[in-house]
Amino acid sequence: MITATSDAVKNFNIGEILNKYGMVFILILLFASLSVKIDGFASIRTVLSILEQVSMFGIIAIGVTFAIVTAGIDLSSGAVVALASVVAASLVTGTEGYGMTIVAFGAAMLVGGICGWINGSITAYGRIPPFIATLGMMTMARGVAQLVSQGRPIDASSDAFTSIGDGTLFGLPGLVIIYIGVALVCHIVMSRTTFGRHVFAIGGNVNTAKICGVNVEVTLVKVYVLAGVLAGLAGCMLASRAYAGNPTFGNMWELDAIAATVIGGTSLAGGKGSVPMCIVGALIIGVMNKGLNMMGVDPYWQQIIKGMIIIAAVLLDAQKRKKA
Amino acid sequence: MDNSEYILEMQNVSKTFPGVKALDNVNLNVRKGSIHALMGENGAGKSTLMKILYGIYTPDAGGVVMLDGQPFTPKSPIDAIRSGLAMVPQEISPAHNLSVADNFFLGREPTKGILLDQKQMNAETNRVLEELGIPMKVEELMSHVPVAKAQLLAIAMAVSYEAKVLIMDEPTTALTEAEVAQLYQIVRKVQAKGISIIYISHKLGEVFELSDEVSVIRDGQYIGTKKTTDITKEELIRMMVGREMNEMFQRDTVEIGETLLEVKDLSLPGKFENINFSVRKGEVFGIAGLVGAGRSEVVEAVFGYKPAESGEIRIHGRRVDITKPMDAITHGIGLVTEDRKQTGLMLNMSVTDNMIMPDLSPYINSWLISSGLASAVANDQRDQLRIKTPTVDTIIGDLSGGNQQKVLIARWLLLEPEILILDEPTKGIDVGAKAEIYKLIVELARMGKAIVIISSEMLELLALSDRIMVMAEGRESGIVNRSEATQEVILEMAAGDSAEEAIKHAEHADMKDRGLQQ
Repeated sequence: MITATSDAVKNFNIGEILNKYGMVFILILLFASLSVKIDGFASIRTVLSILEQVSMFGIIAIGVTFAIVTAGIDLSSGAVVALASVVAASLVTGTEGYGMTIVAFGAAMLVGGICGWINGSITAYGRIPPFIATLGMMTMARGVAQLVSQGRPIDASSDAFTSIGDGTLFGLPGLVIIYIGVALVCHIVMSRTTFGRHVFAIGGNVNTAKICGVNVEVTLVKVYVLAGVLAGLAGCMLASRAYAGNPTFGNMWELDAIAATVIGGTSLAGGKGSVPMCIVGALIIGVMNKGLNMMGVDPYWQQIIKGMIIIAAVLLDAQKRKKA
Repeated sequence: MDNSEYILEMQNVSKTFPGVKALDNVNLNVRKGSIHALMGENGAGKSTLMKILYGIYTPDAGGVVMLDGQPFTPKSPIDAIRSGLAMVPQEISPAHNLSVADNFFLGREPTKGILLDQKQMNAETNRVLEELGIPMKVEELMSHVPVAKAQLLAIAMAVSYEAKVLIMDEPTTALTEAEVAQLYQIVRKVQAKGISIIYISHKLGEVFELSDEVSVIRDGQYIGTKKTTDITKEELIRMMVGREMNEMFQRDTVEIGETLLEVKDLSLPGKFENINFSVRKGEVFGIAGLVGAGRSEVVEAVFGYKPAESGEIRIHGRRVDITKPMDAITHGIGLVTEDRKQTGLMLNMSVTDNMIMPDLSPYINSWLISSGLASAVANDQRDQLRIKTPTVDTIIGDLSGGNQQKVLIARWLLLEPEILILDEPTKGIDVGAKAEIYKLIVELARMGKAIVIISSEMLELLALSDRIMVMAEGRESGIVNRSEATQEVILEMAAGDSAEEAIKHAEHADMKDRGLQQ
């Protein structure tokens, strides 16, 4: 047995690398081929604009990754974006200075956190499948956003507030810096903390998690609160970028977020996933969006292509699982 | 090779997985119409070999598989079934929402025009079941059919498919002794119909009782094939483990100390009622009973997984409130559950993660989990319990059953519990791993732990326990000491008799035996 391993280990590693980083290669391939096809695609300007686009639904996707690793889902994040953008905009409109900006960001995340707390509590204590709980929240949060804004966009006229979405630091857009910071913290939380390990345990086998003394209910509530807070943050970022809050913002973003997570290789069956791979998934969607836009592809066709790519990613995941 | 003599021939079959050579030039030749036992320790490669036959794995190039004189290279289970192979897996998973007859014809339903011919389905199912002497109502919902019967149905299906070879993978794991006897009868009837049987088992008794020939594989290598009549138990064990081992486990006596765990009037209506027992330091306390007697439910209640409704639990004489597993863990109780897949393993997580999950705090270094610390501890456990795994980062689903079980035991040992509850700890585990687990149990008792063990294997329970509580239908029949406990006494108590009656009956029978001999 031992003598036979040396060769096998080599093969194993190549397979393993392809398995683990296959999506990274696809991202590079996608970017390279678009760079050849489109003049000016391989430029810092394009890359930064992709990153900026990705940063907002990318942050949502990180929260969704946590939910999916527990074998759950969060469908409410797009609606929470709308609600948070409206709340933030109505707080900062006509104000000056960073004080109110900080309050607006805090309030947006708080509102998102409350939505998440409701999602989590219904899922954990009411034993309602998260698909249903967050579907309900998706409708409710958008309803509240409409109510708060009277169905109209709310101007976010505050120089301090909009400077977050407009400004740059060390040449990087503010939104991208927030994305990097959130990703870093969440990656450490997921891979190196007790909470993170419990998230995996619940997705791996919820019965075992209980036997091991994991407080499944509290952990689930925390997961959905985190997802909500991140969606709230994304909503506030969007308001700052768009100079406004709008109850129609974030439409279908939850699906982009889920797609990014799944393309990144997080298993919908739970127990498997990571923040870095979720970022790769989000970048693939971002690069594709930008490329199709710059090529002038019909937006309807863009939707169709995106749908096909999501299905391809899930098929690939299923194929991998069959082999293993 | 004489083609007329063998129904199945496998020559030099190898299978390499990433990092492991699971099978190395294995041979398996099954004579027509024989029952051929296949034995080997956990991870020996039995399942891999069977999965090759069933078209789930493709073997490495170089080997030859012949079925009834024809080259046999199934691409899928359906392919294998069409060629005349049938398998009764270790864990049966029928469609519970359909009837017995529906399950029997699943995937090959007879039709009348575009409609199902339910009448023919029921009649034909009934015919085959009656032919084999399996008492079962064909219209009953599968969810009402016990596991043992579901297994018999699977065997009947193989007969109706006119299979040439029937593979049975450890069929008696979940069965009571009466059910095992019935299974044997039916297996013999199947053999009488000319179907050859490959019977995978860990149990020596079964192999000697049923099989004509036995093949042994060890660590992926073919060890040999013998006629069952030409070999002794000791020889067979030696072939399997490759080292000498006393067949019956002889345990050392251990000093027993003060009472650690007391259970008083514990009740959970519908599951168990008025359960009373106590376990002392250094004591191995067995719980016996038939499947469904409520044994697992009692320990799950003690552990707080499914808490009791009334009664009390005392530890060190102090009453404790255990409403969730965390309470039990804090009070120094560990539980290795019966069903590894359902309540034990996190299948797609690593060996390390599976081991350390109940308490991550020892591995935290400045707020974060240190994978270095965790792997060091996991490696230590791996060496101590001799867990066979490429690395501790390997996904636990890739390990064999016995090694998975060792990981689960290590999980609780890491918490250094005072009380360790083991629910069927050797279920689906081979002789070698069993002996290691027995040794470990006695070692833990010597260290002053109180051990509670549930087992359906009577000999195992008798060999290990200082005292045995027997349960029948959710009630406690009584507790017997090691000196009074015999198979007969426990069987009678498991049927509901009290300890006094059972012991008296056993003495009578014993005297009668001696009287007859004189």
